[in-house]
Amino acid sequence: MGARIRTVIIIGASLAGHSSARALRRSGFDGDIVVVGDELKRPYDRPPLSKDFLAGRTTEADLALEGDEEDLRVEWVLGTRAVALDPGTTTVTLSDGRWITGDAVIVATGSSARRLPTSLSGVHTLRTIDDAVALRDDMKPGARLCVIGAGFVGAEIASTARGLGMDVTVVEAADTPLAGPLGALLGNAVAGLHARHGVPLHCGTPVERLLGTERVTGVELADGRQLPADVVVAGIGAVPAVGWLADTGLDVTRGLLCNQVGATAAANVFGVGDCSAWFDPARGHHHRVEHWTDSRDRPRITVDALLNGYDPAAPATLGAPYFWSDQYGVRLQFAGRRVGDETVTFEAGSVDDADLLAVYWRHGKPVAVLGMDQPKQFGRWRRGLSHDLHGAAA
Amino acid sequence: MLHICSVEDVPQGEGLRITQVSPPIAVFRTDDDAFFAVDDTCTHQDASLADGWLEDCWVECPLHASKFDLRTGQVDEPPAKRPVRTHEVVVTDGEVWVTLSTEAPNLPPGVEVGA
Repeated sequence: MGARIRTVIIIGASLAGHSSARALRRSGFDGDIVVVGDELKRPYDRPPLSKDFLAGRTTEADLALEGDEEDLRVEWVLGTRAVALDPGTTTVTLSDGRWITGDAVIVATGSSARRLPTSLSGVHTLRTIDDAVALRDDMKPGARLCVIGAGFVGAEIASTARGLGMDVTVVEAADTPLAGPLGALLGNAVAGLHARHGVPLHCGTPVERLLGTERVTGVELADGRQLPADVVVAGIGAVPAVGWLADTGLDVTRGLLCNQVGATAAANVFGVGDCSAWFDPARGHHHRVEHWTDSRDRPRITVDALLNGYDPAAPATLGAPYFWSDQYGVRLQFAGRRVGDETVTFEAGSVDDADLLAVYWRHGKPVAVLGMDQPKQFGRWRRGLSHDLHGAAA
Repeated sequence: MLHICSVEDVPQGEGLRITQVSPPIAVFRTDDDAFFAVDDTCTHQDASLADGWLEDCWVECPLHASKFDLRTGQVDEPPAKRPVRTHEVVVTDGEVWVTLSTEAPNLPPGVEVGA
């Protein structure tokens, strides 16, 4: 890697940024670490924002990612955004006009929730603690909530709101919810949880517009149906927060393009977490992953490459991506890589009993697994997954 | 000491959830036939560590993959931050006996003893 690394700048103070700092210290890195975060908060855990935190069962202190006695000797620059990067000098310009230079930059800026273009009050997205607090203040028992988007975040919000006694409806533009991550068969199976818990799900019709003048009063679908609502949440995905890298010459069209260790085309500039699209050797192409566990684990690989160098030609395998979701008291877990034409087998349980364990097969090998309240069996299948998506000889 | 189970009740490389005590504990038998006992509930969220993945002296929570050292209870990485309580185990004549810790358990938010 050439010159010795003395200062590492990490842009992003969430899970991937925190994990990067941890990995640096655990690797014995004794230089300076500067972490820049746009929120005024130390690293916190986002998955509970749509679940226990939204329901009021956990506090902000519970969300902290840092352990009570953890001291990573980091200089925190919080409440400040990075607005530009000069890859040649690894210099970062901040929103307050300052700039900082390091020997390496790790980009961990995550993603931003897509928002509906509206100024109506009562319309929410959910990405930050502040978002969750604002939404929670609107979640009154008996009030009508319309969730736009039946993805995992939308489904979790619907589930939490139902548990709080709200009257909840979910609308989804696609014909089949969760078809992208799970495929149509199991996407439908999981989305069936909504109806079974008294939450109508309208699929296949996009939202035309929001109703109301100052505060939202409902949602109008493209077929003219109007769904009254006191509160609307858009769970319509997230976009990688890479706009600030537009002038760097780095490829950010589908997230920050990185190789299989998180290195970009610029020396000593790396990308981790939601904002990055790593080369996945198993898929044979770059693939952006938005999963918590990958944001926690991949920075270890990147930090090792940053400190010790790496051989771009060395064979590499990234672990099977893993994510979970909690909906209506059911623990959903998914691991692996789906291309789309897998054969699915049911190995245990059933959809009706919400305790299904399903396995996706390609060329006779298990490549992905979905569990509903099957943590033990899921864990065993997860570890036996094949990374061979293309039928190569073992 | 409490008689918890017999050695053959716990397959090698697996854990067994014991609900006769509160909070429930998990007894693990490593591939080397060492026995360990810890509180069964992950300190992060309500998950049974007995369902987790055992490797050497570490168990990985089946939900969010924090790993706990069965010898000390220490956790390696988030989302869990607090150690899990460990209990002393004695194996005699094929029977597993446990002395429960007198420390306060580190149960996750929303989970209480006896719940």
